[in-house]
Amino acid sequence: MNQVPTEYYQVLEQLQMVDFVLVDLTLYLDTHPDDLEAIKQFNHYTKERKQLKKAFESQFGPLLQYGNSYSAYPWNWADCPWPWQL
Amino acid sequence: MWIYEKKLQYPVRVGKCNPALAKYLIEQYGGADGELAAALRYLNQRYTLPNKVIGLLTDIGTEEFAHLEIIATMVYKLTKDATPEQLKEAGLGDHYANHGQGIFYHNASGVPWTAAYIAAKGDPIADLYEDIAAEEKARATYQNLINLSDDPDINDTLRFLREREIIHAQRFREAVELLKEDRDQKKVF
Amino acid sequence: MNTHHKTYNPYVSPFDPCPPIQVKTYSTPPHLYMGYQPPNLQQFTPSEALRAGTIWKAFYDPYYNTLEMAKEGIQT
Repeated sequence: MNQVPTEYYQVLEQLQMVDFVLVDLTLYLDTHPDDLEAIKQFNHYTKERKQLKKAFESQFGPLLQYGNSYSAYPWNWADCPWPWQL
Repeated sequence: MWIYEKKLQYPVRVGKCNPALAKYLIEQYGGADGELAAALRYLNQRYTLPNKVIGLLTDIGTEEFAHLEIIATMVYKLTKDATPEQLKEAGLGDHYANHGQGIFYHNASGVPWTAAYIAAKGDPIADLYEDIAAEEKARATYQNLINLSDDPDINDTLRFLREREIIHAQRFREAVELLKEDRDQKKVF
Repeated sequence: MNTHHKTYNPYVSPFDPCPPIQVKTYSTPPHLYMGYQPPNLQQFTPSEALRAGTIWKAFYDPYYNTLEMAKEGIQT
């Protein structure tokens, strides 16, 4: 089976970085709902992750399904590699 | 509902085939203070917690499933191409007899996961104090695992997971403070 | 500034069968001292944050085993 190109790991890690900031900010905001600066930062990274998701998916296929990502033809959601196989 | 995202939370690398290490890591998969117990504990308790901390329990519980997948990935990689002979040498002969190459929810000694590992008292303070304790125990377990491991890649991921326990414990402590406040008064900075 | 691990000296008996470890340590991570997190704490960059396991510098407390500490020359 074809292995993914090196770029796969790079683009994925870009997304992992931004998503991690969003996870940690989410937990912070759950207990600090009035911190406007943190919310601005959250929305900034939300926009950035949208772009990174699009960039990743256009090259390597959907990250989410049930309609949270577009599908190519043929259906490519269930294609390898899965995250633990990389 | 939950939606699966086809990526790990952390870029996991595993340096070498080492089934003996997988045997230890499984403690955080199906052990008392492991990621499965954590996810199920928080996501179950949230139904009877006050509104202002339900979001936090939902989000931490969800993150624990991401950590469960990270542990599974390390176990999978450490054992993927090991022969039955290698598994036997690593002390995984009895695991192999039952599960073959499969991963299972048990602890490092092979004791299957049980709901007795988690609690729900229906009392917000009792439940949150349990959650704080659970995070500290998970942190201690990660320290033990780092002490047992000589794989720098595995330790890198274990350090990430240990740090997450610290953040979760901090947020649960803040949740207790929120519930101690009079009425619904807002926090002023 | 609080240290993030503490040490103590266990009692050593002349009848202890194993060579005694004179100093034992345990972790006391930064969240034990934080209280309710104040706003505007210093953050890591996204790439540093992923590696550290948090965006908040004040909570960063990496744990290394003795082998790693010897190799990296990390002081405890």
